[in-house]
Amino acid sequence: MNHKSAEQLSIEAKELIVNYLDKYDELKNKERTAIPSQEMPSQEPEVRIKNLDEVALGYTIEQARIEAMRCLQCVKKTCVDDCPVRIDIPRFINHIAHAEFENAAAVIKEASLLPAICGRVCPQEVQCQQTCMVGKALKDVDKAVAIGRLERFIADWERSTGKISIPEVKHETGKKVAVVGSGPAGLVVAADCRREGHHVTVFEAFHKLGGVLRYGIPEFRLPNDIIDREIDTLTQMGVEFQTNFVVGKTRKLMDLINKDGYHAVFVGTGAGLPMFMNIEGENLVGVFSANEYLTRANLMRAFEKGKADTPIYPSKNVAVLGGGNVAMDAARMAKRLGAENVYVVYRRTEVEMPARKEEVAHAKEEGIEFYFLQNAKKILGNEKGRVNAMECLRYELGEPDSSGRRRPVVIPGSEFILDVDTIIVAIGNGSNPLISQTTPEINVNKWGNILVDETQKTSVDRIFAGGDIVLGAATVILAMGEGRRAAASINKMLADEIGKEKIE
Amino acid sequence: MNKILYKKQLSQDVFLMKLHSPLISQERSAGQFIILQVDDDYGERIPLTIADADPVEGSITIIFQVVGKTTQQLSKLNEGDELPALVGPLGKPTHIEKFGTVVCVGGGIGVAPLHPIAEALKDAGNKVITIIGARNKDLLILEDEMKTIADEFIVCTDDGSYGRKSLVTEPLKEICERNPKPDMVIAIGPPVMMKFCAETTRPFNVFTQVSLNTIMVDGTGMCGGCRVNVANEAKFVCVDGPEFDAHKVDFDNMISRLNSYKEFEKEMHNCYLESEIDRKERGI
Ligand SMILES: Cc1cc2nc3c(=O)[nH]c(=O)nc-3n(C[C@H](O)[C@H](O)[C@H](O)COP(=O)(O)OP(=O)(O)OC[C@H]3O[C@@H](n4cnc5c(N)ncnc54)[C@H](O)[C@@H]3O)c2cc1C
Ligand SMILES: Cc1cc2nc3c(=O)[nH]c(=O)nc-3n(C[C@H](O)[C@H](O)[C@H](O)COP(=O)(O)OP(=O)(O)OC[C@H]3O[C@@H](n4cnc5c(N)ncnc54)[C@H](O)[C@@H]3O)c2cc1C
Ligand code: SF4
Ligand code: FES
Repeated sequence: MNHKSAEQLSIEAKELIVNYLDKYDELKNKERTAIPSQEMPSQEPEVRIKNLDEVALGYTIEQARIEAMRCLQCVKKTCVDDCPVRIDIPRFINHIAHAEFENAAAVIKEASLLPAICGRVCPQEVQCQQTCMVGKALKDVDKAVAIGRLERFIADWERSTGKISIPEVKHETGKKVAVVGSGPAGLVVAADCRREGHHVTVFEAFHKLGGVLRYGIPEFRLPNDIIDREIDTLTQMGVEFQTNFVVGKTRKLMDLINKDGYHAVFVGTGAGLPMFMNIEGENLVGVFSANEYLTRANLMRAFEKGKADTPIYPSKNVAVLGGGNVAMDAARMAKRLGAENVYVVYRRTEVEMPARKEEVAHAKEEGIEFYFLQNAKKILGNEKGRVNAMECLRYELGEPDSSGRRRPVVIPGSEFILDVDTIIVAIGNGSNPLISQTTPEINVNKWGNILVDETQKTSVDRIFAGGDIVLGAATVILAMGEGRRAAASINKMLADEIGKEKIE
Repeated sequence: MNKILYKKQLSQDVFLMKLHSPLISQERSAGQFIILQVDDDYGERIPLTIADADPVEGSITIIFQVVGKTTQQLSKLNEGDELPALVGPLGKPTHIEKFGTVVCVGGGIGVAPLHPIAEALKDAGNKVITIIGARNKDLLILEDEMKTIADEFIVCTDDGSYGRKSLVTEPLKEICERNPKPDMVIAIGPPVMMKFCAETTRPFNVFTQVSLNTIMVDGTGMCGGCRVNVANEAKFVCVDGPEFDAHKVDFDNMISRLNSYKEFEKEMHNCYLESEIDRKERGI
C-alpha cells in the first residue's frame, strides 16, 4: 500500500469535489464508479509505532462526501442484506453526499447503537462491503463503497459537534434488570431496557467498563475516549454500573433473581478463556496469551511506562501465533512496546487469515513480518526457564476442512528454529466457564457456550444471554445484534407482566 | 466503598487490615482470595488471601507482606482510607471434611492464608497439628491464633531466635514417620518451602495440599498468566486453584514464572525493595 499523507489526501479531495457538487443527483452509474475511492488518512507508520494514538484519522468532510457519491443507491440493497443489524446503508450514504450529516446519523441510529465503535472495528470487507455493487463492478472488494469509514465519519462528526442526543427514557416501571458483563452485548441490552423505563444495573468483573473493547482492542484502533462517551450516555440515561463485581462469585446468578429482586438477567460474559497450543514449553517465562499481553498493555496501561505499576515483559524478538484480529493487535502492540522484530506465524496463507484486511495492511506498514504456512512445534527455553527460541514446522494447503478453508498439512521434516524471546498465543478464546460452573441450571453446549432459543432465553426462566458467551468468539456487531434481540425479549416479558399486574 | 476499618502492624513488614466489604464477607469461604488495587488507573491488581471475615460487621481481613510497590503503597494507607477496587471472593474454597489428623504447615506470610483453613479443619472435627516457621522471631505472625486452634503446636525459626532452630520440613518429616502417619498435610508459604514440604511427604505417600501464589492479572480465568503445570497439564491457579496436590505441581516452573518480572521490578522500585525480594527468594 502506498502511504499518502493526510494533508495530501485532503487537498486532493477538495480539488475533486468541485467537479461533482452541482450535478451530484444526475450522475450516471458509470460516472459514479469512475470516482476515485477515498483512501483513509492515517498516521505515518514510523511515527505511530511509537504511540498509542489512533492510526486511522478519519475522512475529511470532502472525502466523506466524495466517497458517498460513489454509491449507486441500488434498488436491491445487497449491502443492507449483509449488515448484521440491517442499517439502511444507501439512505444514510445519500444524506452524506448531500452534506446532511445529522440526518445520516439518525438513519444509522435506527439500527445501530454504537456506530463510532462499529465503524472502526467491524469486518466490513466480509459484511456490507463484500457484496457492494461498486466493488462488484470494479471487480475489487477494496474498491467497494467504504461503508464502514462513512459510518465512522458520521459518528465522529456527531461527537465533534457535541450533538449526541441522550435517548429518551420512559417513566419508571419498577422492574429491575441485571446485565452481567459490560461488553458490547451488555451495553446494548442496558440501553434498550433502560429506554423502556426499567431500572438497569450492569455488573462488571473488571474495574473498568467496556469488555473486550477496553481490555482487548488497543487504543490505536479504538480510543478509550469513545468507549467512555458511550458509557457516559448510558449513565446519563440512568443506568447503574457496578464494577469489581464477579457474578457467580461476589453474588450467585440465581441470587440476583431470588434474593435481590431482579426481574430479568442478561448474561453477556464474553469469550474470555484463552486457548493454548498444548505444546512443549508453553509455560516457560515469556509465553503469554494475547489476553494477558493486551490486558496488561491496554487495561493496566503498561504502555505508559513510568506511570503504570503493572509490568510488561521487555521483548526484542516476538512471535505471535494466530491470524485473527487478536493476533494483529498483539503484534502491533508488541511493536509499540519496543520490540525490534515481530513475526506473525500463521498456519495457512494470507487469503485464509480472518483478521480485518485494513489491520493486516496497517501491520505490514508498521514492519510486522508475516510467516505464512508455518506453525509452532515446541518452545525452547534457557536454564532460567525463559523462552529463547521456537521450533517451527512448515505446512502446505490440502483439502478444505469443515470450516471450508483448505486444511494446512505438515511438511514432514521441515523443522526449523526461530530465535525469539517472547511468544504471544492468539489462537482463539473459549467461553468463560465462571457462570456455567456456578449456575448449573443453565444449559451449555460442549464448548461451554450458553444455549439460548430464538429470543435469547436460556434454559432458566428470566435469564437471557447473548454475545460471545453464546456465539463463541465472534464480532462486536454480532454481539450487539444478540443484545438487541435479548433486550426486546426482556422488554416484552416485563411489559406482559406489568399488563397482568394492572388487570389484577 | 472498601473502607479500611482497622489496621495493625504485625511485624516489621507485615500488616493486617480489616476492609469494609459486606458482599465478600458473606460469600467467602476458607481458601479464597480477593484482588485489590490501590489506584485504579495505573495501579497493579494484586491478589491477597482472605484471612478472616465477619459477615455481621461486613468486613474481611487481609494480612500482607510488603514486597513491592503495591504492597508498600497499601501499607501506607490508614484507617478511614478507601480502596478504589476490591473484587472477590475468588478461587475455589478449600475442600473441608473430616480427614482425621491434618498437619498444617505455614511459612512466613503463608500463616495468614493457613489460619482460616486450619480453623475450618478443626471445626470439621480433625486433629490439627500445626507447624509454623519464619526466618526469625520478629517475623512470626498469628502465633497465638494458631496455637488456640492446634491440638499440637510447633514453632521453628531459621536462626533459632525462637522455638526450634530448624526449617519447617524437619518436624514435618518426624510427624510423617509416626505411626499412624497423618492423613493429610496442608502447606502454605514461599514456593521453595512448599516445594520442600512436597518432597518431604512424598516418600511417605501422605496427601499434601499447597496453595499457590502465582502472578495474576484478572483472577477470573481470562488471562492465563497464573498458569502452572500440575501433573503435566496447564492449570489456572485463579479458577482451578489456588490449592493443588503438591506432589503433582511443577514447582521449578512455577518459581521461574514468579520471577518473570523480577529484574524489571527491581529496576522500577528502589533498593529497599531489592533486599526484600532477595530475602523472599531465600524462602521463609
Ligand atoms: C484483541 C481483540 C480484538 C478484536 N477485534 C475485533 C474487531 O476488530 N472487530 C470485531 O468485530 N470484533 C473484534 N473482536 C471480538 C469482539 O471484541 C467480541 O466479539 C465482542 O467484544 C464480544 O462482546 P460481548 O459483549 O459478548 O463480550 P465481551 O466484550 O467479552 O465482554 C464481556 C464482559 O463481561 C465481563 N465478565 C465476564 N464474566 C463476568 C462475570 N461473571 N461477572 C461480571 N462480569 C463478567 C468481562 O470482564 C467483560 O468485560 C476482538 C476481540 C479481541 C479479544
Ligand atoms: C492467591 C494468592 C494469594 C495471596 N495471598 C497473599 C497474602 O495473603 N499475603 C501476602 O502478603 N501475599 C499474598 N500473595 C502474594 C501477593 O499477591 C504478592 O506479594 C503481591 O502481588 C506483590 O505485589 P507488589 O506490587 O507489592 O510487588 P511487586 O512489585 O509486584 O513484586 C515484587 C516481587 O515480588 C514477587 N511477586 C510478585 N507477585 C507475586 C506473587 N503473586 N506472589 C509472590 N511473590 C510475588 C516477584 O518476585 C516480584 O518481583 C498471594 C498471591 C496469590 C496468587
Ligand atoms: S451495494 Fe454498494 S453501491 Fe449499492 S447501495 Fe449498497 S453501498 Fe451503495
Ligand atoms: S489470573 Fe488471569 S487467568 Fe488466572
